Amino acid sequence: MTQSFRLENVGLINRDKKLSFKFNGKTYYGYEGDTLASALIANGIHLIGRSFKYHRPRGFFGAGVDEPYAIVQLFRNGETEPNIKATEQELFDGLEATSVNCWPSVNFDIGAINNFLKIFLPAGFYYKTFMWPKSFWYKVYEPFIRKAAGLGVASTKHDKEKYEHKYEYCDLLIAGSGPSGLASAYAAAKNGARVILAEDKSRFGGTLLTSEVNIGNKSGKEWAEGIIAELREMPNVTVKNRSQVFGYYDHNMLVMSERISDHLPKTKKFHPKQKLWYIRAKEVLISSGSIERPIVFGNNDTPGVMLSSAAKEYLKVYGVLVGRNPLVFTNNDSGYETAIEFKKNGIDPIILDTRKNPQSEIVDEAKNLGINIKFSHVVVAAQGYKKVKSADIAMISDDKEQIGAVESIKCDCICVSGFWTPTIHLASQSGNKTKFNEDIDAFVPGVSKQNETTLGAANGSYNLDETLKSSFETGYELSKKITKKDNKISFPNIVEKKSTKHDKFWCVPLPKGKNYKRFLDFQNDVAVSDIEIALKEGYRSIEHVKRYTTLGMATDQGKTSNLNGLQLVSNIENKVVPAIGHTTFRPPYSPVSIGAIVGREVGKNSKPTRRSPMHSWHEKNNAVFVDAGVWLRPRYYKQGDENLFEGSKREAKNVRTNVGVCDVTTLGKIDIKGPDAAELLNRVYTNAWLKLPVGKARYGVMLREDGIVMDDGTTTRISENHYHMTTTTAQAANVLSHLEYYLQLVWPELNVNVVSTTEQWAGAAIAGPKSRDLLQKLFPNSDVSNVGLPFMGYMEADLFGIKARIFRISFSGELAYEVNVESDNGNFMWEKIIEVGQEFKIQPYGTEALSTLRIEMGHVAGSELDGRTIPYDNSLEGLVSKKKDFIGKRSLTRDAFTAEDRHKVVGVVPLDKKTSIPEGSHLVKDSNAPLPNPKLGYISASCWSVEYDNPFSLAILKDGKNMIGEKLFVMSPLKNKVIPVEIVSSHYVDPKGERVRS
Amino acid sequence: MLHIKCPHCGMRSQNEFSYGGDASVKRPELNKEISDQDWDNFVYNRKSLRGKHWELWQHLSGCRQWIKVERDTATHEIFDTLKANEEIS
Repeated sequence: MTQSFRLENVGLINRDKKLSFKFNGKTYYGYEGDTLASALIANGIHLIGRSFKYHRPRGFFGAGVDEPYAIVQLFRNGETEPNIKATEQELFDGLEATSVNCWPSVNFDIGAINNFLKIFLPAGFYYKTFMWPKSFWYKVYEPFIRKAAGLGVASTKHDKEKYEHKYEYCDLLIAGSGPSGLASAYAAAKNGARVILAEDKSRFGGTLLTSEVNIGNKSGKEWAEGIIAELREMPNVTVKNRSQVFGYYDHNMLVMSERISDHLPKTKKFHPKQKLWYIRAKEVLISSGSIERPIVFGNNDTPGVMLSSAAKEYLKVYGVLVGRNPLVFTNNDSGYETAIEFKKNGIDPIILDTRKNPQSEIVDEAKNLGINIKFSHVVVAAQGYKKVKSADIAMISDDKEQIGAVESIKCDCICVSGFWTPTIHLASQSGNKTKFNEDIDAFVPGVSKQNETTLGAANGSYNLDETLKSSFETGYELSKKITKKDNKISFPNIVEKKSTKHDKFWCVPLPKGKNYKRFLDFQNDVAVSDIEIALKEGYRSIEHVKRYTTLGMATDQGKTSNLNGLQLVSNIENKVVPAIGHTTFRPPYSPVSIGAIVGREVGKNSKPTRRSPMHSWHEKNNAVFVDAGVWLRPRYYKQGDENLFEGSKREAKNVRTNVGVCDVTTLGKIDIKGPDAAELLNRVYTNAWLKLPVGKARYGVMLREDGIVMDDGTTTRISENHYHMTTTTAQAANVLSHLEYYLQLVWPELNVNVVSTTEQWAGAAIAGPKSRDLLQKLFPNSDVSNVGLPFMGYMEADLFGIKARIFRISFSGELAYEVNVESDNGNFMWEKIIEVGQEFKIQPYGTEALSTLRIEMGHVAGSELDGRTIPYDNSLEGLVSKKKDFIGKRSLTRDAFTAEDRHKVVGVVPLDKKTSIPEGSHLVKDSNAPLPNPKLGYISASCWSVEYDNPFSLAILKDGKNMIGEKLFVMSPLKNKVIPVEIVSSHYVDPKGERVRS
Repeated sequence: MLHIKCPHCGMRSQNEFSYGGDASVKRPELNKEISDQDWDNFVYNRKSLRGKHWELWQHLSGCRQWIKVERDTATHEIFDTLKANEEIS
C-alpha cells in the first residue's frame, strides 16, 4: 500500500526510516515519528472501530490524548494490550493492532443493527431495558452486553514486562511543555530552582509545533527546541517526554507515568516498560493547554469529522492530509489556521464560519489566499456512512435559531472548531475551586487549595505574548521564593497574528422533519436527545445526568464532550452553565496501565519474604514451606512419597514418643529493659508479674482495651531489670506498637525501653520425652535436670562454645525446651541439635505437626485468639488477676462478657472416630432442624490426634463449660458434611499437664 | 499521600506512618472506679469530626515515636505536629 495521503517535505517525521505495521491483518507502511493514527490516515484509513452502543463506524476525532474513538488492541513483542489510543501510540516496526468493539469485522459489524434499533436504546437504556424479567439478567442480557461492549481484551498471561516506581522531590513541577511550560521552566531553572518538566507527547513544544508564530526571531518550533536543549544541559532540571502527570494528590504530591518503552518494538534489556513517578513538588505549574471543542451537528460522529486542530497537527507534524476536499466548520479564528495550512499545501478548503462578519489578521490572510469562506453558515449534517462523502450546509440566522435552505456540498472531511476548553483536570484534582469564564465559555482554575498555578491556554489565555510574559514572570517569582536567587532572564520579542472573538454558537438546530443523531459524547454514543430524555425524566444534578446517560464517562472522561453537555443542560434548564457546575475531575487524567500502578510489587515481590537462619537446612532436608505471615516456615519435612497428612503425623508422633525439633525463630521477641519493666508487664498482661523471680518465665495473656485477647506468649526475667518477651508470629509488630503506645503516650512516667529482637535470635524448640537427655548432651556443663532447670525455668548455657539461652517452656505439651542463640549461630545450633539428637531418634517437625500437638493439648492459638474472644472463652480465666488493674480489665465486666452461657473452647471428637472435621464448620443440636438452623458454635482448629489416632478438633461453643459429654452435629454446607460428634474437654491429652513438669 | 512532619525526623511521606485515632482521648487512670458510660466513651465512642482535630500517628517505619498531628479531616491540611510528651495547647 502507498501512503497516498502523505505530503512531501512537510512534517517532523523521519522519512529515512520506513516502518511496516499491521492493522486488522493488513500490512501498511509509515515513518519513524508517526503515531499509529497518522500512519493509518497517511494510508487513507479512516474506519478504525465501532461505537460503544450503536456500533456506528468510528474514525479519528483528535490527534492525541483527547481522542474518544480510535481505541485499538495492540500487539507488541508477543504481548497484547487493550485500550490503546491510536493517536497516542507511536509507530514502531512490526506494530500490530486490531479494531475493538466490532464483530465479526470492522467493515461488517452485526452490532450495527443497534443503530437501527436506537429507538430502543435511549438514555439509561441499561437501567430500563434489562430489568425484566429478572431471571434474564444472568442468562441473556449480561452475556450479550459483555460481548457487545468493552474496549478490548485484557491479556490473561503473566506480563513479562517490568514496571518501576520512583520517588522524586523538586521545587517546581511543570506539567506540559507548550509555550507556558517552556517559559516558566526556563525562567525558574535559570533562577536555580530544581525543575521537572513533563511532556505527555514524544515531542516537546505543544502548540508551538503547529502554530505560525515567531519568538525572538525564531519559529515557535525552533525556539522550543532551543529552550529544551538548554534545559537538558542544566543539572537542576529534569526534562521528560512521554511522561504524563495524571494525578494531583494531597500535599502537592503528583503522579506521573513515563512510557519508557511503549514506542519501541521491544523493551531494551534491563529497561522497564513504564515508570511511575511519585513527585512531591514545592510548587506546581500546570501548563496542560486546551482541547478544541466540537460543534454539535447531525451525524457529527461520521468518520472524517474531526477537530480542526487535529487536522492541522496531522498536516504540520506528520505531513498527512486528513482529506483532499476539506470543509472547515468553525465559530472562531482557529479553523482559519487549519484552512490556511491546507491552502498552503495545494488543497482547496471551504470554510463555514458561524460568524457574520469577523475581522482579524487571520481572517484577512485566508481571504487574501483566496479561500472560499461562507459566513453565517453551518453544517447541518454530515452524509456518508463509513466516511464523510458530503455535507448538508445552510445559512443560519443572526439569532442562530433558524436555518435556511439546505444545500449539499461534496467534501471528504469536516474539520470542526468550536473554540477551546482549558484542560483544568490537574487543577481541579488539587482542590482548586474552578470558575466559569464567560469570555471563553469554559471553566478555568479559580482559588487554589494547594501550591499550584495554572498558566497559558489551560488558564484560558489564548494570546501567546500574554502567555509567555506571565509564564516567565511566574517561573521567576516562584523560583525566587524558593531559591532566594534573583536571576531574571530577558524577554524575547514575539510576533503572532491577531485573532478576534469567537461565536458562542455550539449546536446546530435540526432542520424541519429531520431527526439526525447529534452526538455530544463520541465515546459513549450520547446524543442531544439522550440528555433531553434524562432531563424530561427528572434528572437534574449534572452528576446524575452523567451516570444515567454515561455522558463524559469511560476512558476519555468527557475531554471533548463535557462542556457541550453542560451547555445543553443549561439551555434546557434555562440556567447559566456555572449554576449547573461541572462533574468532578478524578485521577487519572487518562488511562494508566495497571502494571505501572503495581510496579515491582508483583508475585513474590508483593510482600517481603522472611527466612529463618536455618532456612537453607530446611531446604536441603525436603521441607515443604508454608507462608506464615511474611515468614516462610517448614510445614513438614517430606520423606519419600508421604503427603502432608502422613508426614505431619509421623513428625508429631515422634515428638510424643522420642524428641523433635522445630524452628521457632519466627516468634516475635521483644527486649524489655528498665527499672519499671515489671510494672509495665503487670499493666499489660492480665496476670501478676511483680513477683516473677530472675531466671523464671511466665505465660501471659494481653488484652485490648475492649477486653478481647490481643496476644499471648511467655516472658522471661533475664536479670533484675531485663525481660525477654515472646509474642505470636502474627502479632509481633502490633504488640511492639501497643507497648510503645502505652509507654510514650499513656504512662510516660514508666522508665522502660522496648525494642524488637525477633531477628536477633534464632530459636529451636526441642520437645518430647527424650528432650532432657538430648539437652544434657548438648550442654554437658549445665545442670538441666528437673531441679536445675525446672518447668518455666531459664538459664544461660554454653553450646559448643556459643552463648545460648535455654527456656523450659512448652507449646506441644511435652517436656520441652526452647534454645535461642544469636541469629548468625542459628544454623550451627540447628545442626548440632540434629547431630547430637540422632541417638534419641530426633526428627525435625514443621508447623503442621506443631498445630497437631497444640490442638490435642488444648493450647489455644491464633484460630481461637481470633480478635473476637475474651480470656474466659479460651479457658484462660485463671490467668485474669482479680487484684490488680490491667489493660482491658474494666471491659471484662460488661454484661455480654459475664453472661452465664458465654462461648467457651471445648474439644470435639467424631462419634465414628474416623471422619475428619472441616475447620470452620458449625455445631448444631439437630442436623435436620429447619433453616436457619440455630448455630451453637464453630470449629476453630482440627487435627488428627496422634495420641489417640482419631480426629480431634477444638471448637468455640455456646455455654461450652456445661456441654462436655453432649452429642451434637458438625455441619459443613460447604463440604456437604454432617458429622455426629461428642463434646469433650479441650485438654484432650495429658489434661493435668504432668508431662511438661516431668 | 500526606506529607507529615515528624517532630523528630522532619517531613516524611504518609506511608512511613500508621494512624492511631483521636489524640484527645485520655485513658482513665488505673485502679479507679469508672462508670460503664465513661468506660464505653473511652473505648468505643468517637466523634468522627469533620474538620480540624488532633490525632495520633506512629512513625512506624522511622523513629517509632507516637506523635500528635493536627489535621483537617475534610481537606487533609496539616497545621501542626507535636511530640508525644508535648501538650496540645
